[in-house]
Amino acid sequence: MLQSSETETFLLRLYIAGQTPKSLGALTNLKIICEAHLQGRYELEIIDLVENPALAGGDQILAVPTLVRRLPEPIKKIIGDLSNRERVLVGLDLRSR
Amino acid sequence: MTELHPTRAGELPKALTGIRGLDEVTRGGLPRGRPTLVCGGPGSGKTLVALTFLVNGATRFDEPGVLMTFEENGEEIANDVASLGFDLPALIAAKKLAVDYVHVERSEIEETGEYDLEGLFVRLDYAIKSVGAKRVVLDTIESLFAGLSNTNILRAELRRLFRWLKDRGMTAVITGERGDGLLTRQGLEEYVSDAVILLDHRVHDQTSTRRLRVVKYRGSHHGTNEYPFLIGADGISVLPVSSMALQHDAPLDRVSSGVASLDQMLSGSGYYRGSTILVSGTAGTGKTSLAAHFLNAACGRGERCLWFLFEESPQQLLRNMRSVGIDLAPWVAAGLLQFHADRPSRHGLETHLVSMHQLVADFKPSVTVIDPVTNLMTVGTYADVQAMLTRLIDHLKTENVTAMLTSLTPAADETDSTISSLMDTWIVLANDSVDGVYRRGLGLRKSRGMAHSNEIREFELSDQGLHMLAPAAERREAEAPRRTSLKGQGHRVAVI
Repeated sequence: MLQSSETETFLLRLYIAGQTPKSLGALTNLKIICEAHLQGRYELEIIDLVENPALAGGDQILAVPTLVRRLPEPIKKIIGDLSNRERVLVGLDLRSR
Repeated sequence: MTELHPTRAGELPKALTGIRGLDEVTRGGLPRGRPTLVCGGPGSGKTLVALTFLVNGATRFDEPGVLMTFEENGEEIANDVASLGFDLPALIAAKKLAVDYVHVERSEIEETGEYDLEGLFVRLDYAIKSVGAKRVVLDTIESLFAGLSNTNILRAELRRLFRWLKDRGMTAVITGERGDGLLTRQGLEEYVSDAVILLDHRVHDQTSTRRLRVVKYRGSHHGTNEYPFLIGADGISVLPVSSMALQHDAPLDRVSSGVASLDQMLSGSGYYRGSTILVSGTAGTGKTSLAAHFLNAACGRGERCLWFLFEESPQQLLRNMRSVGIDLAPWVAAGLLQFHADRPSRHGLETHLVSMHQLVADFKPSVTVIDPVTNLMTVGTYADVQAMLTRLIDHLKTENVTAMLTSLTPAADETDSTISSLMDTWIVLANDSVDGVYRRGLGLRKSRGMAHSNEIREFELSDQGLHMLAPAAERREAEAPRRTSLKGQGHRVAVI
């Protein structure tokens, strides 16, 4: 069965704080997952809180790295270095629990 | 009891909280540049203590602050404290306060792999810089444990956070909910080890009292007792018994007792204004009548009087006083006399004290009567009552209110000595049976600062009011056959 999340465009935001190994790891992992599962239908915005500290409050960012799925709604957050692909897919609603 | 010394030499620097009493118990406030843990059960006043520390810092000590709240959003908190006169939006607008609401919704979070709480640090750092903060409150950071599942990361990050705050020289208050067998649910006391303040809200005989205790204060002397504290319309105040700073003015002007012959006994002109008078005696000795005379005279001078009734209703009192020739009703109608009748057992001591403070603040009486103060003793322990009375009397003296407290004493009792040390004047009334008649006697057990009579005077209560008979010595000469003494077993008057 085709879920709505399999057709909609994903608007993603990755919050990092500086170029730390965790941040870079998360970015690498995320790109691989997106290319594999969301090719052509995602936008990724990367926000470095060290440069833009004021932006942390808006999305209630606490943990870093945090990936925020802004669209499709509802908002989802996945924290950590995104090293567990299965859990990332579950978190993005690309795979049922 | 803590003495009232300023910070001692060699003690670490401190930051005043501006909370009356707390700065005395801690001898100058919280450890400057270090975190303090304020913990207690739900509704114990943690958030309020923390916010008062923050708001006072911003408004009185030129130390802007950051509130990072984890449970209520900024608007909710602002509403909560608006009644205390804290205008958080104005402080925020004036750049004296920054509020950041940190909310973690577990249902929308998936955890995968390693992370840290750098986002929290970034936000705190941003808030601190935005107002140039010197003070930080984290309320209640333990909520994070409900939002994030990796407690190992959380604990490590909290440890890093408290160190980080210290490195930035922030005087911080971290609130924590009391846990099972621990001061806080997550054992925060392990990380915040500089100072720990425990708040308690307990119910004794179905009445509630709030208490505060400084559990720990590294590198400083501090009061170790449990101190009752109040949350009133003007915020928090802690009641160390020794907070009676004894710096009241000592007015020299006098106020009439309303009974000319009693004024004579009080070196001719009555009580000192702003003093505290205890009238004690067994049931039916005329305590309330004496108070009514006093208020009647005060209202006659156009002064405002406030009468706390803990036994009778105002109607009963008015009727009873009319029977001894004192009509107080016109003063009530004129707005000079106000009654406040309440059952002592209706509230805890704290609530009584708060409402009495408020009534005094609102009505601004020059004379107040608490009748009988002994009924309050049923509400708490002697120590509690004494602490409360000390604070109340302290307040009344500060406001230059002359206070009369009546005390219903059983034959052998401890109550009077509990509170009599707080009193300036102590009048003892007795009603002794002599030759088959009850005869009333009045004696001045003490009256500070004046040459007072040491006689015990017999008096009568009639529809003309309280009438003092001639001194015993004179009467002995005049009517030798009636010579008697006001002797009675167990009655204090007899042994003065």
